[in-house]
Amino acid sequence: MAGRAQPVSPWPGVGAAALVAALILGTLAAVALRADAAGGFGRADWVALRFTLVQAVLSAVFSAALAIPVARALARRRFPGRRALIALLGAPFILPVIVAILGLLQVFGRAGWISDMMGLFGLPPLRIYGLHGVVLAHVFFNLPLATRLILQAWQEIPAERFRLAAQLGCDGIAMFRLIELPMLKCILPGVLAVIFAICLTSFAVALTLGGGPRATTIELAIYQAFTYDFDLGRAALLSALQLALTVVAALAALKFSRGDGFGAGLDRAIRRWDGGAPALDLFWIGAAAAFLLLPLAAVVISGLAGLFEMPALVFRAALTSVLVATASTAVLLLLALPMAMAVATGRYGVLELSGILGLAASPLVIGTGLFILIRPIANPTALALPVTALVNAVMALPFALRILVPAARDVVARHGRLALSLDMSKRTFFTRVLLPRMRPQIRFAAGLSAALSMGDLGVIALFADPQIATLPLQIYRLMGAYQMQAAAGAALLLLLLSMGAFWLLDRGGRLHAET
Amino acid sequence: MLKLDGCLIENGNFSLRADFTVETGSSVAIIGPSGAGKSTLLEAIAGFRDLTQGQILWNGKRISDLTPGKRPLAMLFQDGNLFPHLTVEQNIALGLHPNGRLSTQEQAEVQTALDRVALPGLGDRKPAELSGGQQSRVALARVLVQRRQILLLDEPFAALGPALKAEMLDLVAGLLAETGTTLLMVSHDPQDARRIADQTVLVADERAHPPAPTSNLFENPPPSLRNYLG
Repeated sequence: MAGRAQPVSPWPGVGAAALVAALILGTLAAVALRADAAGGFGRADWVALRFTLVQAVLSAVFSAALAIPVARALARRRFPGRRALIALLGAPFILPVIVAILGLLQVFGRAGWISDMMGLFGLPPLRIYGLHGVVLAHVFFNLPLATRLILQAWQEIPAERFRLAAQLGCDGIAMFRLIELPMLKCILPGVLAVIFAICLTSFAVALTLGGGPRATTIELAIYQAFTYDFDLGRAALLSALQLALTVVAALAALKFSRGDGFGAGLDRAIRRWDGGAPALDLFWIGAAAAFLLLPLAAVVISGLAGLFEMPALVFRAALTSVLVATASTAVLLLLALPMAMAVATGRYGVLELSGILGLAASPLVIGTGLFILIRPIANPTALALPVTALVNAVMALPFALRILVPAARDVVARHGRLALSLDMSKRTFFTRVLLPRMRPQIRFAAGLSAALSMGDLGVIALFADPQIATLPLQIYRLMGAYQMQAAAGAALLLLLLSMGAFWLLDRGGRLHAET
Repeated sequence: MLKLDGCLIENGNFSLRADFTVETGSSVAIIGPSGAGKSTLLEAIAGFRDLTQGQILWNGKRISDLTPGKRPLAMLFQDGNLFPHLTVEQNIALGLHPNGRLSTQEQAEVQTALDRVALPGLGDRKPAELSGGQQSRVALARVLVQRRQILLLDEPFAALGPALKAEMLDLVAGLLAETGTTLLMVSHDPQDARRIADQTVLVADERAHPPAPTSNLFENPPPSLRNYLG
């Protein structure tokens, strides 16, 4: 539709995008200007760079390699609970990292379930700290993502090709070479690039399972430069390095990926005639489900025992987290909705770029930049919570835009002309048409943002003083003080809060949504 | 009187010229091969498309600079004529007050319109609970309360069966006669034109031809119309 008139105004969205761009680019500029290049990179920095790259490569390779048989099994088998399992694959996205780590420790740790069992046979316990622990946690988070991406590609293979191959009498191996291998060649570079980019900015995993000179990511090194040495120049220099890495990785991920990170419509199993070994598929599905579910079960089991041993600090931290998540979600919607509307008018597609900027800058890089900017005017620790809410909102923005933009486009395309011909004002169109029509997407984006913010352990670690903590930070502190019972209880509380926030905003609203 | 004064509509490689007048109160069918620009012509009159050249006048006043909502016309599209999340009454009320609440008198007006299109008592329903024909009636009831001087129809009844479509056209003809509204109606069916429109505009060869009496046109079709009719 080419026309002058639009039912929505693009200007609030243009303003919001400018604000986000100014925030991100401003903090990056602050980092670049403050970077202490004279000090140069020391040996420890090169080790951190190497570790960052090695763990990201290993995490990407293991996640993708293990996802292939799981996705293949899910693509060609139909069984009760298949939909639930595929839905479960989306859960790690909103699972607080610290909760997953406690669960993984409970299963794979020194005093965990597997070590206990190995002890029965006189074997030494597993050692989870270090490179393999970091990779294990990253695989836990990214195997589901890889599986969903590959499964989607698998299900997009037209059923006719399988029918033709079956008609030609292709057996399993021939079918794989003929149809599935070309698909994998097409999708795998994108999957690897996305997971590599995600793992580059890993902070909470490296903080809890890494550490030490041999297992420090750049993101963690930034944190250490801050908290141990309070060397802002070095933190800024490391941030600049991290930024260069993430920009390259984000560009690669954008280039290789087809741009549909998480989507619905994965419940259609293509009919296959090549059979294959059901036992093998069963093994992969069972192993993947156990790998995902056991740590969650461990959190629930050990958390129930710890629920009554939580100090009052935990409840204060929980309240803080709820407030931060609420504020962060409000800020996100105030930014994302106008931006989505502006993009929907069809003339400001470039705005989506400013949303993607959040992917290129890591939380600790933005945090470092904000710290540098705020310090001359105010005490950064006093602003710890607002800064956390803001950074969380900016980090959730790319995901929110992906959810909101198609819906906003659809509403404007479908109802825009009618509203214009009725002489409806932009304000009325917003309140009476756009908001009600986009309610499911708005609720989904809000739920996602609230859960992400609730579980975030990143920028808060930079800004907080001992008097202030969000729940994830409090759990980390309890772990550091070896109060594992209390930490487990708090982790269960955090799990309930994150999932509860998501459910309340997304599903709870859908129960009585209008059609 | 609606006057298209030396209008040129362009969109990429597509172009359409229109230079004619339509008398107040007349009913005009717009007919022509698919892709020739029938809907484009209507969209330009309604204000959804810019003119490259020329102007559109209504009773001597230039309307081609106005936004769609400020033009003295109501339009029904091929689809999407009702907001699916609003009730029938709310949808009709938007024709009176797109941005506010209705007075008691205006609420009564909505009920009268519902009665006029033979849908009494269905005001609380959502569009999805109605049949296709009933949905068209609701859209017509809204057009009725809008009280605009020109009505543009871009094949809003195309999805209905032949009998239902004829019924709707008769309803439209009745409403036009009551209110003296000028009608411009896109159609690809000569039967529609014969049923309701005394004049017909042929859109073909990048040109919207001036209105000609419908019966004459179909009895002695020019070559481009003859090709279209087959």
